[in-house]
Amino acid sequence: MTILETSVNEKKLTSKDFVSDQEVRWCPGCGDYSILKQVQTVMPDLGRAREEFVFISGIGCSSRFPYYMETFGMHSIHGRATAIASGLKAARPDLSVWIVSGDGDSLSIGGNHTIHLLRRNFDVNMLVFNNQIYGLTKGQYSPTSEAGKITKSTPMGSIDHPFNPAALALGADGTFVARSMDRDPKHLQAILKRAYQHKGTSFVEIYQNCNVFNDGAFEIFTEKSSKKLETLFVEQGKPLIFGENNDKGIKLDGFKPVIVNLNEGHSANDLWIHDETDQVKANILARFFDSPEKEGHLPRPFGVFYTEDRPCYEDMMTHQLEEAASKGADLDKLIAGRETWIVN
Amino acid sequence: MLAAVNETVESVVIRFAGDSGDGMQLTGSQFTNTSALLGNDLATFPDFPAEIRAPIGTVAGVSGFQVHIGSSRIYTPGDSCDVLVVMNVAALKSNLRHLKKGGTIIANTDGFDAKNMRLAGVADDKNPLEDGSLEGYDVKKLDVTKITRAALTDSGLGVKEIDRCKNMFVLGLIYWMYHRPIENTVNFIESKFKKNPAVAEANVKVLKAGWNYGETTEAFASRYEVNKAKMDAGVYRGITGNVAATYGLIAASVKSELPLFLGSYPITPASDILHELSKYKNFGIKTFQAEDEIAAITSAIGAAFGGSLAITTSSGPGIALKTEAIGLATVLELPIVIVNVQRGGPSTGLPTKTEQADLLQAMYGRNGECPVAIVAAQSPTDCFDAAFEACRIAVEHMVPVFLLTDGYIANGSEPWKFPTTADLPTIKAAYSKPEDKKDGKFLPYERDEKLSRPWAIPGTPGLEHRIGGLEKQNGTGNISYDPANHEFMIHLRAEKIERIADYIPDQALDNGPEKGDLLILGWGGTYGALKTATRDLLAEGYSVAHAHLRHLNPMPKNLGNMLKNYKQVLIPELNSGQLIKIIRDKYFIDAKGLNKVQGLPFTTIEVKNKVKELISK
Ligand SMILES: Cc1ncc(C[n+]2csc(CCOP(=O)(O)OP(=O)(O)O)c2C)c(N)n1
Ligand code: SF4
Ligand SMILES: [Mg+2]
Repeated sequence: MTILETSVNEKKLTSKDFVSDQEVRWCPGCGDYSILKQVQTVMPDLGRAREEFVFISGIGCSSRFPYYMETFGMHSIHGRATAIASGLKAARPDLSVWIVSGDGDSLSIGGNHTIHLLRRNFDVNMLVFNNQIYGLTKGQYSPTSEAGKITKSTPMGSIDHPFNPAALALGADGTFVARSMDRDPKHLQAILKRAYQHKGTSFVEIYQNCNVFNDGAFEIFTEKSSKKLETLFVEQGKPLIFGENNDKGIKLDGFKPVIVNLNEGHSANDLWIHDETDQVKANILARFFDSPEKEGHLPRPFGVFYTEDRPCYEDMMTHQLEEAASKGADLDKLIAGRETWIVN
Repeated sequence: MLAAVNETVESVVIRFAGDSGDGMQLTGSQFTNTSALLGNDLATFPDFPAEIRAPIGTVAGVSGFQVHIGSSRIYTPGDSCDVLVVMNVAALKSNLRHLKKGGTIIANTDGFDAKNMRLAGVADDKNPLEDGSLEGYDVKKLDVTKITRAALTDSGLGVKEIDRCKNMFVLGLIYWMYHRPIENTVNFIESKFKKNPAVAEANVKVLKAGWNYGETTEAFASRYEVNKAKMDAGVYRGITGNVAATYGLIAASVKSELPLFLGSYPITPASDILHELSKYKNFGIKTFQAEDEIAAITSAIGAAFGGSLAITTSSGPGIALKTEAIGLATVLELPIVIVNVQRGGPSTGLPTKTEQADLLQAMYGRNGECPVAIVAAQSPTDCFDAAFEACRIAVEHMVPVFLLTDGYIANGSEPWKFPTTADLPTIKAAYSKPEDKKDGKFLPYERDEKLSRPWAIPGTPGLEHRIGGLEKQNGTGNISYDPANHEFMIHLRAEKIERIADYIPDQALDNGPEKGDLLILGWGGTYGALKTATRDLLAEGYSVAHAHLRHLNPMPKNLGNMLKNYKQVLIPELNSGQLIKIIRDKYFIDAKGLNKVQGLPFTTIEVKNKVKELISK
């Protein structure tokens, strides 16, 4: 190694070091740009050599992501990024593996692999860019599209009941389930870091605007005018407070969440205190999923809903291999087996 | 008492058949092992029912095991059997067609009672042991259940445990008939039931009772000798095709110094490779039982990207699911071995029966033009070499490789003069190094003389790059929609597979003259039948030769010339004609086919008759 190279390597990486030479080809105004930017921004802070990062994606607009990252990457086939990442992580536990997927990629064609990834708990990070539409194929409804949605393939409105990705991830025993959005860079960066720090599969649903085929799907959560009233940003150990002037809170009435007005005699002490390690509460939280049009609906939560320490697949695999290694590995012995005979 | 007459025979085929719970597989494999230790050559084939626990006593629940032993070389488990052991009427009903005319039936009469007749769907007045329908066969009737129970009255065991020893009686009797010592099996029993000496003792007692039955009753007038076979000197063991394939994969991992990763989803008849590989974690082998075949192969692709010797194993229906991912591996140009242990199809088809009907699927069954390398195994022991070769091609040429075996050779077994690690060639695998950058750039799709691209694994500083299923620009690996580049890459990937032919041996003749009336060209698990047929035909004076293809894509470079040396070429296949299409297309010859799609292997007679018919024309 030359002196020059050494000094280059020792220099702290910046977000620019994670920008590849490929021209970014998403539609102007697409939410994917922001997500790419936030990922490139947090990468240098993760304290890892660039060559240890691998981004694996499926197919979809969102899945173009790896081409734009100056890391190792694979743009694979529709729905299978999760399975490819599982194999890579099993083979190479030393790498930091990131999955980038769309709502169709991860929950429709790849739904099966997604739930199995979550239950196995490989230590990987899964980013689901949820735009509630099939972007790349030009605008059919997706498994997260709301019922009644009119698209090219549903001229009379979709009759499919949509998935709630966070609830699905919890149902599959995910050990880290979070939600963020393209339009809140700070929050997204914080969630990405938390996802990286979590040991186990980190499932991050990111609301992403497809301004061409589903513009404004999340407007009510992202626009300044309605954001405070319609969203609930949860933080560990803090009460569930939202509203224009932080004047509303969520209280649990048994297992039923109810909205209370803090100006009407309720104090923050009565409120539900967010506890990421409480699976029961996480399940209730993830089910805050009413349409914002519904009378008396709950706000849509963002943040880390749930975390759990559970052994990772690849660690247990490594452990079994280490245990077996004590037996030694003699190929000749293996091939000869227990019973041989000699022909003279 | 008259002593039995001793006869020496060159070979014998015995078929053990009974209910799934009667222990016929164990009986057959014990007879096999003992015969191997005596120096016979042999081949075996188990015939399992498709149902796991079919109702006791029914035809669906019959399990069989055929073993062919001889003092000359043996290449197949035998077209039909000389001796048929049947533990019940269902076993006779479903196996009589495998018995030679005039052959011997050893029947457990207890399995022919009213209840068993009803379960097997045989009318009350049609007991084959009594209604004369077995005329012309040599039928030995004995009540194995009764004798076994009598032998074990003082054993203290329950009736169920006692009845489970029945198979040892039959084995003892057959050992006596064929002059085999019982010691090997006694040792086996004692170690198997180490923790249960009463059961071990009972089994040994019944084994001896079987032997003594032959010795003391006069029911058996003849005993047979099968002398040692003249085999190459060396150390041998017995092995099935699936286990041999497993060892071949492990050997390739050792000889390439690459960690082995298997992504697999259970399916008959391929599951045993998953089971076997899972045992050898001490070799650093990682086995991943995926949620489906798509995840099985894609996890393997992920592992290949990470630098593993990546394998996926399945059978027809599972291979169908892997199709899209094989295309991905082709465009990614990563090494991966796809093992297809073929079974009868289409759809679920005949899971426990054999067929060679997936050759065209391996050859063409993908979208776009997507050639992959294909190698096939020809016998149980050959699965080792074929698996090793598949890995060598995958890693040294950076391509997906199909390894085709089939249910017949996967479950069949034969003696194996196994190699030592030192005998095996090294597989040259090399990851790219940081210094492989040129002018500060790394070109992931740069070519070497084999046209293969570098294997730059994550974790290597400076070699960060992106790969994917979108068409690649040669050299840079960037996405390219350029029409000329696409055509160039399609041709390049095809040429890359073709060039493997420079690194494989010339096609050799297995037997027969270099020029002659007819060449039998085979591939895969039909080897034993074709080899035996050729040997017989040559002995009868026919001008026939036999060549068997290991490499189906690309084919050896001299094959075209070899085919021209014969007036006719016969291509026997267990399908409706697949290799024949490729050969006709490639070499413009009027090859003739011999085709069978019954889920059963060829018999030697079928092949011989076809050859004679063609030559006499
Ligand atoms: C096997 C297969 N089926 C269908 C397609 C077509 N296809 C490509 S992307 C896509 C949907 C993408 O939607 P999503 O995952 O939500 O990603 P987005 O484009 O919205 O980011 C479909 C149906 C394909 N590429 N492969
Ligand atoms: S179609 Fe939608 S999701 Fe795709 S790039 Fe354009 S805006 Fe983004
Ligand atoms: Mg989408």
